[in-house]
Amino acid sequence: MDWQNIFSLALQQGLGPSAVVYCLAAIGLNVHFGYTGLLNFGQAGFMAIGGYAMASVVSTWGLPFWLGVVVGLLLAVVLALLLGVPTLRLRADYLAIVTIAAAEIIRQTVGSVSLLEYFGGQDGLTGFSDSFRSLNPFSGSIGIPGVVSWRANDAWVMLVGWILVVICCLIVWLLMRSPWGRVLKSIREDEDAVRSLGKNVYSYKMQSLIIGGVFGALAGFITALKSAAINPSFFATDITFFAYTVLLVGGAARVLGPVAGAIIFWFLLSFLDLFFTQAAATGLIPESIMTSNQASLMRFIFMGLALMLLMIFRPQGIFGDRKELALDAR
Amino acid sequence: MPAETTAPMETPGRGTSASALRAREVLADVAHEPGAKKPDPIVVADHITRSFGGLTAVDVEHVEVQRGVITALIGPNGAGKTTFFNLLTGFDRPDSGDWSFNGTSLNKVPAYKVARMGMVRTFQLTKVLSKLTVIENMRVGATGQKGETLLGAMFKPMWQRQETDNTKRADSLLERFLLIKKREDFAGELSGGQRKLLEMARALMADPELVMLDEPMAGVNPALKQSLLGHVKSLRDDGRTVLFVEHDMDMVRDISDWVIVMAQGKIIAEGPPESVMGDQRVIDAYLGAHHDEALTFEAEEKIHAEASSEFQGGPAASAAPRASTGTTERTGSTAATGEHAAATEPASTRTDDHEDGPR
Repeated sequence: MDWQNIFSLALQQGLGPSAVVYCLAAIGLNVHFGYTGLLNFGQAGFMAIGGYAMASVVSTWGLPFWLGVVVGLLLAVVLALLLGVPTLRLRADYLAIVTIAAAEIIRQTVGSVSLLEYFGGQDGLTGFSDSFRSLNPFSGSIGIPGVVSWRANDAWVMLVGWILVVICCLIVWLLMRSPWGRVLKSIREDEDAVRSLGKNVYSYKMQSLIIGGVFGALAGFITALKSAAINPSFFATDITFFAYTVLLVGGAARVLGPVAGAIIFWFLLSFLDLFFTQAAATGLIPESIMTSNQASLMRFIFMGLALMLLMIFRPQGIFGDRKELALDAR
Repeated sequence: MPAETTAPMETPGRGTSASALRAREVLADVAHEPGAKKPDPIVVADHITRSFGGLTAVDVEHVEVQRGVITALIGPNGAGKTTFFNLLTGFDRPDSGDWSFNGTSLNKVPAYKVARMGMVRTFQLTKVLSKLTVIENMRVGATGQKGETLLGAMFKPMWQRQETDNTKRADSLLERFLLIKKREDFAGELSGGQRKLLEMARALMADPELVMLDEPMAGVNPALKQSLLGHVKSLRDDGRTVLFVEHDMDMVRDISDWVIVMAQGKIIAEGPPESVMGDQRVIDAYLGAHHDEALTFEAEEKIHAEASSEFQGGPAASAAPRASTGTTERTGSTAATGEHAAATEPASTRTDDHEDGPR
């Protein structure tokens, strides 16, 4: 067992591009679910819209990279409007159903054979990140020697990604301390009460859906950029649920909840993966019990267990306030 | 409550404050009939109907609510009071009809705009914002906040001053409603009665002209009830109009200047409390037309026994025992007002029950 190697690689993942992706997606969900009480189960759809818009604008239509980013953000707004207009007047569960369906529709559409020439079908698109990578100031291996290191491209994605995270957190913090954020939190508690006080609940919910969706699109950009490729399997439904896990681990309705959640989630997931793989490889877990292939899947079992324990012993997440959560039980 | 110590029939117990006397004076010439014209109506509704499937919940021909007085909307369960409330405030849409507030038609106006116009309501099942503190609940109530727009929200200097002013106003309201000690507590930690107080105080943050209270006394303990009554009366002293739905007849008689009675979706009587409660149509509506409560065999027997004793002993003799068995909630109220409660409570009796025959 090479513990140093396990920790080093787990840390690499915990701060790496994947953590950034889930962090951004979870910040969006935090605005939706944590603050406004909107059950968006289609965050992967917002990510797919963002990622595919950027990728196809560049590699299919040959337009500049920045235009791809702008189109991605605009389409995320359009998707939020499309989802919100019919459902935000209805009960919260309708939005959940519509968003999960919409995310699947988007994934199936971009992966379809008839749109192969635009979106590359199941193989997806590549070759859109050259202009992004050309801006990369790093070269060689970046990190703390002997502790953790990243390849130059990953380090560049991480730098941009974590800056985006900081900006998003700042926006969320600014918004949520304001009267605007107070209305959002009030809507989460009881939207009829808010309506009776003269606030246009529908408009606030729409604004929330759009802002969280745009954060989702940012996560989509990073998804595409971190592997310099994009394909429909990057945006499967479980991505949304991982993002929810990240949010709940960190604590919903807390500005830094998604950040802590993403780092811990990815650190633990890779740690368990590496531990079980090595344990099986070095014979710590005998072949008769499980093979190394099976061992690597143990991470999801233990992650699930950890989640259960979290929900039992610390349901408010890392940053949450237990007292606040206890109010629900009344 | 000095009024309650005297005989209820003669003294309506509506207080003797200037605003109460003024209200009585204004309403003195109004006819005691459904849809009566008022000298200065704040709300006028015409031909409002709302049905749910085959059931016509509300079918109001014409009604006016006088400005600056406390109007009670009463009626047996299922009379359509709350539905009518929802229709007036834009929380539900009528199938037909038109209604106006201060002369502006409210037809198809969304609820939040109705509230902004100065017609703010509370709810039967209190809606406090549990995970916000009491003071934050109050701040939400203020209207026209610059920090409530997305762009304004980002820049604190833009809304800082307004926020301070609103907080001052909220604090003085909290003091008035005796909630100042709970200022930093989560609203979800408050008792039922305190939630009612908070909801009322929060509604006042919007500085409404017309306050609409949906069952402000439901689930409130008798001690707090007195203070709530005082608060409702003080709304009228502020120059606000109050329209409230209530089942608690003590409260209705104690504070209302005018009573509108609904039954089966229609307005069946109007008038000052003392005249309405003696109205035969009202007694019929409460006691005769209301059979939807499940009666146990024992309860039915008891009602029949009480009914026959009432026929033998006359209404006065039966009033006292009825008051104690009327509702459990009433046990804390004064005996002097029990008499009226007995005359209007659904659990009482009427000749129809006899025609059904004992099982």
